[in-house]
Amino acid sequence: MPKSPPTSRLELLQGTLDLIILQTLRWGPLHGYGIAQMIRAASRHVLRVDAGSLYPALHRLERQRAIAAQWHVSDRNQRVRVYRLTAKGRRVLTAERSRWDRLTEAIAGILARPAEGDA
Amino acid sequence: MTMRGPHRRHNRDAELAEELRAHLAMDEADRIARGEAPRDAAASARRDFGNLGLVHDLTRDMWSRAWLDSFRQDARIAIRALRRAPAFTCIAVLCLALGIGANAAVFSWMEGILFRPYPGVAVQDRLVVIAGTARGTPGYTPVSWPDFQDIGLTTGFSAFVADKIIRVTITGGDRADRVIGELVSANYFDALGVRLAHGRGFLPDEQTGNGAHPVAVISYAMWRDRFGLDRRIVGRTADLNGVPHVIVGVAEKRFTGTFVGYGSQIWIPASMQAAFTGRYELENRSAPWIEGFAVLAPGVSRREAQASLSVAIKRLQQTYPDVERGRGIRALPLWESPFNAQRDLAPMLRVAAVVVAFVLLIACANVANLLLVRSFTRRHEMTVRMAVGAGRTRLLRQLVTEALILGAIATTVGLAMAFACRHALTLFFAPRSGVVITFNTTFDWRVLMLSAGAGLVSTLLFALAPAMRASDIDLTSALKADARGVLGGRPASRLRAGLVVAQVAMSFVLLVGAGLLFTSLRHMRDVNPGFETTRVYTTWVNLLAARYDSARVRIYADALLERLRSLSGVQSAALATSRPLDVGSPYDGGPIAVDGYETAPDEAPTARSTAVTPGYFATLGIPIVRGRDFRLADGDTTLPVAIVSQTMAAKYWPGSDPVGRRLQARGRWMRVIGVAGDVRFESLLEDPQPVFYVPMRQSPRSAFNVFVRSSRPFAAVGPGVSSTVHALDPGVATYDVLPMRDVIERSTSSQRIAVTLLAICGTLALLLASIGLYGVMAYVVSQSTRELGLRMALGAGPAGVLRLVMARGMRVTAAGVVAGAAIALGTTRLMGDLLFGVRPYDPATFAAAMLVMIATAVAACAVPGVQAARTDIVTALRV
Repeated sequence: MPKSPPTSRLELLQGTLDLIILQTLRWGPLHGYGIAQMIRAASRHVLRVDAGSLYPALHRLERQRAIAAQWHVSDRNQRVRVYRLTAKGRRVLTAERSRWDRLTEAIAGILARPAEGDA
Repeated sequence: MTMRGPHRRHNRDAELAEELRAHLAMDEADRIARGEAPRDAAASARRDFGNLGLVHDLTRDMWSRAWLDSFRQDARIAIRALRRAPAFTCIAVLCLALGIGANAAVFSWMEGILFRPYPGVAVQDRLVVIAGTARGTPGYTPVSWPDFQDIGLTTGFSAFVADKIIRVTITGGDRADRVIGELVSANYFDALGVRLAHGRGFLPDEQTGNGAHPVAVISYAMWRDRFGLDRRIVGRTADLNGVPHVIVGVAEKRFTGTFVGYGSQIWIPASMQAAFTGRYELENRSAPWIEGFAVLAPGVSRREAQASLSVAIKRLQQTYPDVERGRGIRALPLWESPFNAQRDLAPMLRVAAVVVAFVLLIACANVANLLLVRSFTRRHEMTVRMAVGAGRTRLLRQLVTEALILGAIATTVGLAMAFACRHALTLFFAPRSGVVITFNTTFDWRVLMLSAGAGLVSTLLFALAPAMRASDIDLTSALKADARGVLGGRPASRLRAGLVVAQVAMSFVLLVGAGLLFTSLRHMRDVNPGFETTRVYTTWVNLLAARYDSARVRIYADALLERLRSLSGVQSAALATSRPLDVGSPYDGGPIAVDGYETAPDEAPTARSTAVTPGYFATLGIPIVRGRDFRLADGDTTLPVAIVSQTMAAKYWPGSDPVGRRLQARGRWMRVIGVAGDVRFESLLEDPQPVFYVPMRQSPRSAFNVFVRSSRPFAAVGPGVSSTVHALDPGVATYDVLPMRDVIERSTSSQRIAVTLLAICGTLALLLASIGLYGVMAYVVSQSTRELGLRMALGAGPAGVLRLVMARGMRVTAAGVVAGAAIALGTTRLMGDLLFGVRPYDPATFAAAMLVMIATAVAACAVPGVQAARTDIVTALRV
């Protein structure tokens, strides 16, 4: 049985991490390690996704058929599991993006209000 | 996790391990490429990765147990949320528990009375009741012993079990007890699959030969109470109705016989019939007395079995055309048994089932309302949870989980309440001397499943609408300041009002039901049974049990009447073999022949009868409308005579005077000497049946009812009657002396239970509905303070505001009453058998229910209304 702290962190990040993974896979199929590296690089080393969040998220998205996985042999002759975005994944990505936009807009609204009051 | 099994799971585990190892290997390779030392690279890759086993576990959980984990999490959150609102949780659980508990109790009654009434009987699922029919006689009759034996070989059945409920006086030492017993066929215990705690059941030949086998099996309760659990009980003798019987066995503890309502204490083979009913009728095809059962063969339906029974009775009709004409035999399900309390209780239970379903629905509507209120106070919580990434389905699931937990708690509490009340039904029946009243209320898995089902369905009912509404949050507008409400504006408040309309409607139906039953009960009290009910007192004497011969019976009866008549305050006294409206002392029934009456083809004329002494009609206040009463001179040496009832006269001698005509019953011709007024003796509610009376001298019996008519109240005469019986012969057991009024009250017990039940449920429903109404109005007022303040600022006085709130409350109530009236018109017909003297759509009852409903609604709306009228304009208008 997993202990509760990692689970709750996972839940907090859940919506966002899914979005980030889907966005990352838009550029092409990648294995888990590659996804982690891409997120790190794309966020200019601000976001570090640890394996304890990444792999559960990948397997969950796979189960939801938003992404699909296949075994490949890498250039370094390493057997790796490569994920790619499915058609459903693309739809989920679009929906999640607009949700994200609305959310940031809403949060920006909240954060803006006290400033009005102060004035 | 699924059907693919552990093998596949094992493969996936290996694949996951490989995937994670690849991650580590790639990280390590990258680090080496960046210039780290190979040993350090491996270690830091490991460190960065975290706990490999934990990652593996977390990931694996996503495959299949995902829902279970999130359910666990939902449950945790739900329990926390419920604990944060203890008042809400308590009220919701209480409402639901009352509803579910009431349902569980009624399920258990139905299970224990209608469907599986006989604990200890192994074949209850295949047990049917065997009842006879006779053309021209409504309802069912018992079956004669020879007929019962002849149908015993019918295909489709694995056994036929003869049964007859009897009263047994068991004496020993100075103690005489009157108990319920059963005369049964020898296969009784074997065929029903009843186990014995001691000894044996009956042997096949013990059911034959008049009085040849005085043996008995006693109940566990009797073994315990009368014989002190004596281990050497088998072989002991007991005097049953004065005849020594050898006890051959003790039935297992939970078995209380095959009669609903009364627990049997003793079983005796049918061959001993004469000692208990005064007649030996095992060879008499025209004497129906068996109230039997049959066990269907495995896999045979009741319908198929009925078909082969019908063939069997056709054959009997060819063999015995005279006796069997117009007769039929039916295999009935247990709950339709005409020989048991089931017949009386079935309509009551049917009404109870509907009533408790209504109460549950009302409770659900109430909890739904509470949840709606809560969903407003929780709007903020929901919005935040959504903002941190919980999807709508996730929120919905969260809310449903919360409801399921509420439902589960309420179901548990409800079942506990029902279990505590499982014997409540017995309380409705006044105990009777020597008669143990038991209703078998079963709490088996079927009742549990049904109750849990009711709990689940109701949970979904009350939870879904509020949950949909609560999770339907538009983030942008929700995070803006809450708009202030206007009276009756938003869809949510319309939903709440709708729920209250439903509650009012259902409460109204229950009120109408309770009102109709109450009116029926009043009408029943007013109905004229055809005899005097006040100042007539009655008791029972059993000389058979005291081993009197017929000569002594006659001397005793004459002496008893003489002494009773000389008691102060006694105007007259008489004896009769039957007691009107007493199921325990039924009128005889059987085929008759009437001189000059043309029988239709297939018609078998029947009539009920009882033997009475001269003075019987005067004592009970039954008028003799033509001819004369019996005289002492009408004895065994004179011409057999009879008095017929008006209904019988009208049926068999239409348009002419029956006095002087002839009538045949039990093979004897009698001359009709008089016509007596009609009496309702089977049921107050049925039309009078044809009945005739014969003088007890010409039809002697050793057990009879005593009737005394007095000018003085019961308390002044009752003890005198009892001591007179005792003084005449202390060896004769004395029984309770009762006013006839009590006997009648007992015959309406089914209606009284139904009225009590409906009154309780109706009050409960009214209470729940008024809480709902109050809640809606209070909420509406609290949400519209701004509007109310505006109205007051514009010149509306407190009275105007009160009127506004009341008007809205009354609109909801009126809608509920109209809907309720429509439902009531459709459903009160269900109570058909319980209603008496009142139509299911009685306008007066509907009007009364409406008044009660409106008065309650006014009270429920007045509190928030007055609150609104006191609104302070300044506070209300400040933002």
